[in-house]
Amino acid sequence: MALLRTILLRLLTTAITLIGVAVIVFVVIRVVPGNPIAMMLPPGATEADIDRLKALYGFDKSIPAQFVIWVQGVMQGNFGTSISSRQPVLGLVLGRLPATLELSLMALVMAVIGGGLAALTGTRLRGGRVEGAIDVANGMALSVPDFLWGLVLILLFGVLWPVFHISGRISPALDLPFATNFYLIESILRLRFDLLADLLAHMLLPALALAIPLAAIIAQLLKQSLKETMHLDYVTLARTRGYSESAVIWREALPNALLPTLTLVGVQFTFLIGGTVIIERLFSYEGLGNMAIDAVINRDLPLIQGIVILFAVIFTGVNLVVDLAYAALNPRLRHG
Amino acid sequence: MVDGRSMVKRRTGLRLWLSGGWIMLLVLAALLAPWISPQDPLAQDLFMGRLPPFWAAGAEPGYPLGTDSLGRDVLSRMLHGARIAVLVALIAGICTGIIGATLGLIAGYFRGWPDLVISRLIDIWMAFPPVLFAILLVAVVGPGLTSIILAIVIIDWTRFARVIRAEAMAQGAMDYTASARVAGQSRIGTMLTEILPNVLPTIVVLLTLEMGIAVIVEAILSFVNLSISTDDPTWGGMIAEGRASVHQAWWVLVFPLVALFLTVLSFSQLGEGLKDRFDPVLR
Repeated sequence: MALLRTILLRLLTTAITLIGVAVIVFVVIRVVPGNPIAMMLPPGATEADIDRLKALYGFDKSIPAQFVIWVQGVMQGNFGTSISSRQPVLGLVLGRLPATLELSLMALVMAVIGGGLAALTGTRLRGGRVEGAIDVANGMALSVPDFLWGLVLILLFGVLWPVFHISGRISPALDLPFATNFYLIESILRLRFDLLADLLAHMLLPALALAIPLAAIIAQLLKQSLKETMHLDYVTLARTRGYSESAVIWREALPNALLPTLTLVGVQFTFLIGGTVIIERLFSYEGLGNMAIDAVINRDLPLIQGIVILFAVIFTGVNLVVDLAYAALNPRLRHG
Repeated sequence: MVDGRSMVKRRTGLRLWLSGGWIMLLVLAALLAPWISPQDPLAQDLFMGRLPPFWAAGAEPGYPLGTDSLGRDVLSRMLHGARIAVLVALIAGICTGIIGATLGLIAGYFRGWPDLVISRLIDIWMAFPPVLFAILLVAVVGPGLTSIILAIVIIDWTRFARVIRAEAMAQGAMDYTASARVAGQSRIGTMLTEILPNVLPTIVVLLTLEMGIAVIVEAILSFVNLSISTDDPTWGGMIAEGRASVHQAWWVLVFPLVALFLTVLSFSQLGEGLKDRFDPVLR
């Protein structure tokens, strides 16, 4: 019963948040200076031409009226038409989404593995020099944001020792047999390891740039909760029963230390997805974020709106899933 | 075990000195930029394009860190870029802190409907991708220093509000605030004279961290080319140029990147160091 109430309450606040985002972005982009319509028409277009196009995109109506029309469209899966490419926004956005999803998920996996290993190693070798080194590296990784890590990686592995690609998602010369835009997943499913290698050579640096700060957060938090767990009675008991230190950490302490880390990783993952905007720009990676910056520069209002809403849906969706998972996994919440 | 505390203290001390020292140096460079720059940061000289730094073959005296593709002196542009970085860090940091902390205090201490409204706003803000939001805001207000500062304040007030709200809530539940109320103090008075002094250390720590973030956001915005006009030297603008010609002239990217890296690291280490200093358990 308590769980059901938690779920309903969370769904309600999620809905309010999404409506809030829609209203704010709708109002903000409509005060953008620079007339997007005038930019669409060739020089010498008459006032009548401009008015006709304005009416076509609905820009001649008041902002509240435009919002109502937009919401009605969204209900039917119609997010409007992009001004710069004159294609439906939904198709454009969904076409780019897989690139961003693959990049974010790859970064998440790298962060979980890297951060997890750092926390386990630091706990196993606590009190020694290795733990100190891990703490210092962690502090650095935590202080510097993804944008700067991206630039450092470009210099190290794109210029100084050029082993990885620093722009694009895949080499343009390659023939792509893909049916969807999930290149990475499809290349694995089709067993095209040549394409997979090319994709990874492009994705590795941007994914690493996104992963470094998150890995540091995971390492710090997991190490902290492992430390707390290591003092508990049942861990001491396992030790007296003759388990090795590594087995004690892995089998006894880790499962109990995971829950607090899990909740935080959820929130931090949304920050990582937000970071893709600038990282994609930095690495000329053809994802959603790169398209969003182009849309702002081109004053493509319907497209900006669609992308921001999609990001908001992803963010709130991730948070919702994490909250519900936490509620379901945590016995204290489950029983109210 | 006895040593643990003094070791943490010593490490914290070193950290504070190093990061504080770099920031002092930065402020000094910003103040003195017009007098210590070897060249005019805007002067172009196509015959002097892409000169390497002083130790490399082909370097020219007077251009210690080389030049970019238009022949502009990298060191002079960095020194002038420091002015914008320091200005943005100070003004944007302080404005964000004042607005965010005020809203956090109100939400955390008064609870009720102000808390409901502010918390919902924070939720909505957290659903925006921050970089995209900043780019959008600067596009709306138009390029320039003011709009960058405005964008930073509008995006980042939640950083203060979230933390201060939680702290104010905890302080508000303590006996000393209740006794201040019993002694006849008004609610706003209690908030200002009892709660505020107790959350001030946290505000200072957050402010230091926020200054580092402001420098980064400014760099990102000038990287995307929505910052000051492109002629004016900013670290982000230099990084964007350097990124484009990284295979021909790595130094155009490396030097501003190092400056930005050290600045962000320093602000963050300063904040962490202050946090340890303020921590009553360690003190």
